[in-house]
Amino acid sequence: MNLWWWVLIAAAIAYLTKLLGYLVPAKILANPRMSRVAGTLTIGLLASLTVANAAASGTAVVLDARVGALAAAAIALWLKAPFLVVVLAGALAAAVLRLGGWP
Amino acid sequence: MGLERAPSVKLRDSPAAKVGASIAIATGLYGVSFGALSVASGLSLWQTMALSLLLLSGGSQFAFIGVIAGGGTGVAAMSASALLGIRNGVYGMQLNAIMRPTGWRRLVAAHLTIDESTATATGQSDPVEQKRGFWVAGVGIFIFWNVMTAVGAVIGNALGDPKQWGLDGAAVAAFLGLLWPRIKGFQAAAIAVVCAVVTLLAVPLVPPGVPILLAALVAGLIGWFRQGRTPSHAPGHVGDGMEPDLPPYRHDVGQLVQSVTAAQTTGMNIAAVENCPPESAGLVGEVTPMTRKQI
Repeated sequence: MNLWWWVLIAAAIAYLTKLLGYLVPAKILANPRMSRVAGTLTIGLLASLTVANAAASGTAVVLDARVGALAAAAIALWLKAPFLVVVLAGALAAAVLRLGGWP
Repeated sequence: MGLERAPSVKLRDSPAAKVGASIAIATGLYGVSFGALSVASGLSLWQTMALSLLLLSGGSQFAFIGVIAGGGTGVAAMSASALLGIRNGVYGMQLNAIMRPTGWRRLVAAHLTIDESTATATGQSDPVEQKRGFWVAGVGIFIFWNVMTAVGAVIGNALGDPKQWGLDGAAVAAFLGLLWPRIKGFQAAAIAVVCAVVTLLAVPLVPPGVPILLAALVAGLIGWFRQGRTPSHAPGHVGDGMEPDLPPYRHDVGQLVQSVTAAQTTGMNIAAVENCPPESAGLVGEVTPMTRKQI
């Protein structure tokens, strides 16, 4: 299927998910289990996305300049740098490492 | 807005509007990165713009192009995007409870329901300020994010290989930056590590994009089965980073919110202002907006 369809379906699902929140009675929010699942799910997804974007290349696990970006971002975050600085640190680290000959 | 009893603070003096505008600018600038990465991932300029205009949720948008960039299928990209967007539904419930939007406002508010607008609104205590924070952050991000996405997509085309500029490193850093403020306790760190390991183990075994969904499944199951051990944890008050409504940009936003809160607490106790007409209230100076919040 054309990628356009998936873009539009993803957008429709995203909007309906948001709208559903406004239509659901507020007492469902009081369910600690659902709240907890939403919290752990977000952590798991972000951790997985971080690692997948840092080390996955197709179906192979590779160590390239992106690992340097991950380390640089972690240092920036540890130093309490603002979000934008963290992103720039990641880009800079990857760019410099590639300039130095790392893949 | 007809329900306001006291004359409220002007928009330019509103603390929530200031926080919202700061977040809108900071987040909007980051749209450059999304635009450039999206085009680099193989999406067209208009597909990129469609994601920013219609999907409007940073995490979901990066998830979508992240899966495509890794060679994943459209359905895997859509699934990762949809899963990462689930928290927006939770935000919708919270915002509905505090703002009670009706009619077309509800439809527009739903579209603008994202991490930043929710964080700005829930960071305020006064209902009027909550609404202002939400709308200023939401509308501001919608505008800045889309303009900068377009800039990034166009510049990204002109830059050549985005890897040369480390833009794939920027994506890695961005995801870590979104994850970082949520890792506040042992449990949250353990879930992150488990899901990272699951991802790395799954990468060689399943098609690209699927490892993220497997990690999500593991994380969801952990949340589901751990519920019984933490019955006293109400939504939003867990404090260990597991709550779904944690502001993602703790470092910049947190400081802003803290300074606003400090101003609120120090500027109290001018009860006389309550009975003043708006013109004379202006004489009180900087403190007035904060004081009027309490009325």
